Amino acid sequence: MALTREQVKHVAELAKLGLTDEEIEMYCEQLSAILDYFVTLQRLDTDAIPPTATVLPLRNVMRTDEPGSSLSREDALANAPAAVEGYFQVKAILE
Amino acid sequence: MKLYELTIHEALNLLRRREISAVELTQALLDRIVDVDNDIKAYITLLPETALEEARLADERRREGMDGALLGIPLAVKDVICLAGAPTTCGSRILENFIPPYDATVIERLHQAGAVFLGKTNTDEFAMGSSTENSAFFTTHNPWDPSRVPGGSSGGSAAAVSADEALGALGSDTGGSVRQPASLCGIVGLKPTYGRVSRYGLVAFASSLDQIGPLCKDVTDCALLLHVIAGHDARDSTSWHAPVPDYTQALRSEIKGLRIGVPREYFAAGIQPGVETAVRKAIQVLADLGAEIAETSLPHTEYALPTYYLIAPAEASANLARYDGVKYGYAAADAADIWEAYRKTRQHGFGAEVKRRIMLGTYALSAGYYDAYYLKAQKVRTLIKQDFDRAFQQFDVLVGPTSPTVAFKIGEKIADPLQMYLSDIFTLGHNLAGICALSLPCGFCDGLPVGLQISGPAMGEEIVLRVAYAYEQATPWHTYKPALRNLSQNEYQMDKEHRR
Repeated sequence: MALTREQVKHVAELAKLGLTDEEIEMYCEQLSAILDYFVTLQRLDTDAIPPTATVLPLRNVMRTDEPGSSLSREDALANAPAAVEGYFQVKAILE
Repeated sequence: MKLYELTIHEALNLLRRREISAVELTQALLDRIVDVDNDIKAYITLLPETALEEARLADERRREGMDGALLGIPLAVKDVICLAGAPTTCGSRILENFIPPYDATVIERLHQAGAVFLGKTNTDEFAMGSSTENSAFFTTHNPWDPSRVPGGSSGGSAAAVSADEALGALGSDTGGSVRQPASLCGIVGLKPTYGRVSRYGLVAFASSLDQIGPLCKDVTDCALLLHVIAGHDARDSTSWHAPVPDYTQALRSEIKGLRIGVPREYFAAGIQPGVETAVRKAIQVLADLGAEIAETSLPHTEYALPTYYLIAPAEASANLARYDGVKYGYAAADAADIWEAYRKTRQHGFGAEVKRRIMLGTYALSAGYYDAYYLKAQKVRTLIKQDFDRAFQQFDVLVGPTSPTVAFKIGEKIADPLQMYLSDIFTLGHNLAGICALSLPCGFCDGLPVGLQISGPAMGEEIVLRVAYAYEQATPWHTYKPALRNLSQNEYQMDKEHRR
C-alpha cells in the first residue's frame, strides 16, 4: 500500500519529528515498500491466537515499598540542556 | 604469544600465577588499540586513564590475596550500556554529550568481579542496524577485510574482540545484534534468554526483545562472562528469579546422544552457497561427535521478519519519545515554542534509520492501524514462539547459519532498508520467542568467517554452551585470527574526522 505525503506528515507530527520535504518523499517510498512486505502477515489466520506481549511467565511484579537512595538534584540536572535554580528549563507551554 | 592475543581464561591463569600483571595486560591492549584502531574504528570512546587505574587496583587486590572472576581482565562495552562518568552516546548525535550518572547492573557486576573497562564501542544508532553504518560518528571496519562491515549493531564490540583490541566485550541483541556481528567477525557471541541478564542501564530500544550478551574469543570466555552478568536484579522487573548456574561446568566436550534439530527453513533460498557448505560441514562434525541429528521445521520462520519490524519499531517509537531535549541530550537552540523545540531536536538529533523506525512504529500503533499491524504482529509472535516450543520438545538444541551471508561491503545495503533487514533473518525469531542462541565460528567462505548458530530453549544456556564447546574443541576455527595486513602501523593519532 502506498502512503500519501499527508499520511507521512501526520505520523511525523504524532511522533513530534520534524522532516524535510526530501525526507517526506523518501519515507513515503520506503515506508510504503516496507508496509507492502508486511502484507504477508495477513495470509495467516490468527483469529484464535492470543497475542504475545512478553515471553516471560511473569505477571505484575511487586516489591516492598522501601525508601532507597536516589540521584542527587545536581546529578539529575547534570545532563540538562538548560537548568535554572535547580529545575529543568523548558519553553513556555501557556500563552 | 602477545598479551593482547590471550583469551580471558588464558589471561586469568597468567594473572593468578603472577606471571603477568593487570597493568601490563591493560597497557598491551591500549597499545594494540593505538596500533590498529585508526583503521578498524571499533571504539567511540577510549578510557585509558581509568582503565590503567582499575588495572592498578586489580593488581593491588591480587597482591592482598584477593581474587575475582575477572580480576584484571580488560573488556570493551557497547556504547548503549551506561558506564558512570564516561559518555554513553548510543552512536547518536542526540546523546553525543550524555554522561550517565549511574552504572548499568552488568557494569556493576563486572566491576565487582574485577574487570577493567578499556572503552565504549561503536554501534548502529540506538542499536538499529546490521552493519554499524547507521552510527552517527563513523563505520567500523571488519578486521578480516576493512572494505567490509563488521555486522551490527554490536559491530564495534565484535571488531574489537576479533582484532585483539579487547579480551572480551559486551553487546546487546534485540534481533541478532550480538550474534550477527560475532558471525561476521569470526568470534563467539551469545544472546541469553530474555530476562537472564538485567537490562537496567541498557538504553532501551525494544523492551520486550532487548538482551545484553557477551562477545568473546571462545566459548569458555563466553561462559565466564555470562556467569558474572546473569541473574535477577530488582531494578529490572523483567529479569528472571532463576538461580545462576556455574556455566563453566557446562563445558564438557561430550555430546553423545544429544538431539540436535536442523530447521529446514534456515537453508532457504537467499543463503550464500559457501555459508551453507560450511554450516552443513559443522553439522556433520556434531554428528561425528555422537549427536543425533534430524531435520525439523519452524514453519513460521518467514514471518519473523515482518513481525519483528512491526514490534521492534513500535516499542522503539515509544522508548525514543523520551528524547525531547529537556532532561538530557541534544536540544535544538532556535525554536519558537515547545512543539517546534521537540520537532527540531528530534529532526537534527536522530539519523535516518532511527527516524524510519520511529515513523514505522508510530504508524503501526496509530489509531485505525493498531489491529492490522501491531496486534497482528503480536499474534504471529505467539505462532513463532509455539514453533520453537514444539521443536524443543523434540530436540535439545537447534542449529543453522547465523547469517545468510558473510560480511558484505560497506555501502552495499545502506540505501535499501529491506535488504539490510534481511541480514537478520535467521536471528530475529529467537528474540521474538525470548530464547537463547549463540554464534560461533564454523569455517570460511571467500576468506571471510561463517557463523554457526546454536539455539536452546528459555534458560537453556548450559546445553547451548555445551554443544558449542564440544564443536569448538573438535575444530580449529576459533584459533584463526585476521591478518590485519592492510593496516598501517603509524603513530596513533586521534582521527578527528572519524572519532568524536
